[in-house]
Amino acid sequence: MSYSDLYNDAKLPTGASKAFALNWGLAVLLIAASCVGFLMLFSVADGNLDKWAFPQMVRFTMGFGMMIVMAFIPITIYRKLSFPIYIFALVLLIIVEFFGQVGMGAQRWIDLGFMRLQPSEFMKIALVMILAYYYSWIDKSLISKPQWLLPPIILTLLPVFLVLRQPDLGTAILLLAGAIVVMFIAGVSLWYFAAGLAAVGGLVFLVMYSQGHTWQLLKDYQYRRISTFLDPSSDPLGAGYHITQSKIALGSGGISGRGFMQGTQSHLNFLPEKHTDFIFTTLVEEFGFIGGMALLLIYLLIVLFCVVSAMTNANRFGAILTLGIAATFFFYFAVNMSMVMGLAPVVGVPLPLVSYGGSAMLVLMVGFGLVQSAHVHRPR
Amino acid sequence: MTLQKPDKTKVRQITRRAGLLLGGQVMFMGVLGWRMRDLGVKQNAQFRLLAEENRINIQLVPPTRGLIYDRQGRLIANNIPQYRVQMVREQIKAPEVILDRLAQLIPISPKQHDHVLSLMKRRRSWVPVTVAEDLTWEHIAAVAANAPALPGVTPVVGSYREYIYPHEYSHIVGYVGPVSDYDLSKTDDDDPVLRIPRFQIGKNGIEAKIEKQLRGIAEIKRIEVNSVGRVMRDLDRKAGASGKNIQITIDTELQTAALKRIQGESAAAVVIDVRNGDILALASAPTYDPNKFVTGISTTDWNALLNNKYRPLANKTVSGTYPPGSTYKMVVALAALEAGITDGNDHVNCKGYVEVYKQRFHCWRRGGHGKVDMVRALRESCDVYFYDIAQKVGIEKISDVARRLGLGVRHDLPLPAVHKGLAPTKAWKRKTKGKDWRVGDTLNAGIGQGYTLSSPLQLALMAARLGAGTQIEPRLINSIGDELLPIKGNIPLDFDPKHLDIVRRGMFEVVNHARGTARGSRITLPGVKMAGKTGTSQVKRITASERKRGVIRNADLPWERRDHALFVAFAPHDNPKYAISVIVEHGGGGSKAAAPIARDIMQAALLLDDTGYGAMPSQKRRTDDPDEQTPHIISTKTDPV
Repeated sequence: MSYSDLYNDAKLPTGASKAFALNWGLAVLLIAASCVGFLMLFSVADGNLDKWAFPQMVRFTMGFGMMIVMAFIPITIYRKLSFPIYIFALVLLIIVEFFGQVGMGAQRWIDLGFMRLQPSEFMKIALVMILAYYYSWIDKSLISKPQWLLPPIILTLLPVFLVLRQPDLGTAILLLAGAIVVMFIAGVSLWYFAAGLAAVGGLVFLVMYSQGHTWQLLKDYQYRRISTFLDPSSDPLGAGYHITQSKIALGSGGISGRGFMQGTQSHLNFLPEKHTDFIFTTLVEEFGFIGGMALLLIYLLIVLFCVVSAMTNANRFGAILTLGIAATFFFYFAVNMSMVMGLAPVVGVPLPLVSYGGSAMLVLMVGFGLVQSAHVHRPR
Repeated sequence: MTLQKPDKTKVRQITRRAGLLLGGQVMFMGVLGWRMRDLGVKQNAQFRLLAEENRINIQLVPPTRGLIYDRQGRLIANNIPQYRVQMVREQIKAPEVILDRLAQLIPISPKQHDHVLSLMKRRRSWVPVTVAEDLTWEHIAAVAANAPALPGVTPVVGSYREYIYPHEYSHIVGYVGPVSDYDLSKTDDDDPVLRIPRFQIGKNGIEAKIEKQLRGIAEIKRIEVNSVGRVMRDLDRKAGASGKNIQITIDTELQTAALKRIQGESAAAVVIDVRNGDILALASAPTYDPNKFVTGISTTDWNALLNNKYRPLANKTVSGTYPPGSTYKMVVALAALEAGITDGNDHVNCKGYVEVYKQRFHCWRRGGHGKVDMVRALRESCDVYFYDIAQKVGIEKISDVARRLGLGVRHDLPLPAVHKGLAPTKAWKRKTKGKDWRVGDTLNAGIGQGYTLSSPLQLALMAARLGAGTQIEPRLINSIGDELLPIKGNIPLDFDPKHLDIVRRGMFEVVNHARGTARGSRITLPGVKMAGKTGTSQVKRITASERKRGVIRNADLPWERRDHALFVAFAPHDNPKYAISVIVEHGGGGSKAAAPIARDIMQAALLLDDTGYGAMPSQKRRTDDPDEQTPHIISTKTDPV
């Protein structure tokens, strides 16, 4: 007896009719967000289509096609593949640790010749999948039992540790945040979250409080690094320079912006990483508050469509997976936007669907492929 | 393996937690939106300004400094193009490599090589570092031709000041030098060109006093730059203007002749054209070379100038003040005549001294002159005669006449440290010394000693006014740009012409009478006679015991204690053209040390046959091509906050 037999499969769409059951609203929103990306990549390349915009279009088209194909495969198959995929991603992370290519000061890629594979991106989906699998597998009564809490924590900390060693703080934070959200959705008692929060807060307080005392927990240079990390303006010509220039770009846009291709901050190269992590600043500089809010609205609708899909999904694995991927997507843009607005320290997180880059685009489209599959094959 | 049917409560819990999660996410997006509004809408003006500051740099094209010409239109201060090479680290990956390439084109010493590298490490990456200076045009052309292989290297065309008659004009024209922090701190001049490193401004003399007009106005360009400072396009420009050319009243030939004549002494000589007040010569010896200051004077040279007891840096003609000695006797004589105390024919019996309140006041001739009238008293410089009339006139009237003749008054000349001198009054003594004026003070003033102080310029002016009978003012600048500066004070002196004639008669006899004190210094030119007055001013008071032992001859005294030798004159005596004053510091007697010098300079002036101002060359100058001047960029970037 298989898991799927428990559901009334007769109600689920089959064959080509699955195409009509796709979450087309979500698909249109993904296209909209990507189009914003194409426009901005065209602009920051000073009107050069071939530089960034066109390769990005090709990637998105491939990713979109892959998403549709993935939607046709029953969600039960993905559920069964959860564990092998997690193990595969973990092995890739270990391989990158020893044989990886060094790029941007950190060891992140495996060069496969035809493409560069970034296993940490892959792990974002794999971790959400394995945790969704775990919480759809164990009995409801066991969820908040301490011994049953241990496996998901280990499953999370293993990749987080490996990613931190690369070092890639941004991805590690996203992994951890994604895992916590999945556990939250699955129904782990709120007391654990409260306790965890208190423990982390206490530890941070203790570390910071010990500074200057004889029992100081960290070395002096480590404290200096922490303070530069938290407050880049203390280093205005180093780390703070980028944030200052970014805020100037955001602030100079005004309500309606300075016009398409008219942003001086980006076109005169005052912005760092203007086609990747800092692309949002160009958007706001050229299209103003209205442009920024429009993209934020598209993102909000994408999250909302996922949440609605999950709420109407009686399949526990599908629902948790959908919400987990939506949360991962949310963390992408929340961290990126906070960073460029000077609300959070600078960690390398791209703006989803808009920033130039292959790995992130691929991973996101794989994630939305899973969401579509869960949507198509959802029992009500 | 126990598998349950999906149970309703579990699904509901997912629904509730999903709702909570969505709520949290929406709230956070609200924060992001609020922050966006805060930055882009509320603080928009401020950030827009910062973006503009990022984008726009001000580029200054330094103006060409005005040139200085003499009376005949001879160039005195010129601008010479100067070529140097700068390097900016920001645009270079390996400065060493570029520097080695550069060394193949232009001379760079190993010391300079290391110095440049260390400078580039220390300075901020976008600050240009000067690699080599004083290059030839060939060097610059070679660097420009190889520009693609030399990223970050810029040839710079500037200019430096050259003084063509350095020693002749060191005290008049002065010199320029790079703007220092000290200069900036004491001026309220906010001209942006002052922010250009090494921009040259006047530091002394006319260069400093007429700085504003000489400097001109910089052309200002607003340019758009990218983040590494590369110029993207010109936004707008404000035209500048070259500095104005200046023509001074000095005659280089006469100035040279005057300086030559007083060379070797610590001395000053001033020649004034009595008809218009033009200063034809303003010589102060020793001189110095202002060109050394333009490039930066060495410590050795500087100390040598400072420690020289002849004080070469001082302009003695206007800054040096001396007791005028017997040259003051014209003032006292005129004051007595104007006050009606004497008509000039009354006699005073000189027995070598007078006693006032039991204090003896000596005449320079120990045996006395016997019976003297005013003309004879001037001619033979009888001190007793002047003690007598000074006592009768009183100090207030003497000093009043002195001021009307230009002594003890500050004259408006564009030179630094123009001293006022001193024509003392009772009120002045009370105020500064806290003591009452005494009769003895008046007697001392009567022979130009005591508190009286005059500069050589003032003494020459006095001679000019006595000769011309006008209130003529000294004039050093003839024109600034196209503007001619007016002649001032060409109106008759407020004295009885008969009184002036008596004084002039006395001065004439000083030089031309067989018993005149300067009879040895007559003009040798046919038909021209000079009227003058000698003066010997004591540096140190002669004590009674010294006088008893017999006055020591000047030559036996150490230099610092010898008398100052003075002479003032105008010529020709019947139709005055030029007035002169000469002072030789510690030179001894006026008749021996100063009068012959004055006679020689006066003869030189008379022989020059001045025909008025020579035309200056047209305004087009050698280095005036604006394209040759390399613009200087001043970053308006504010440090990020």
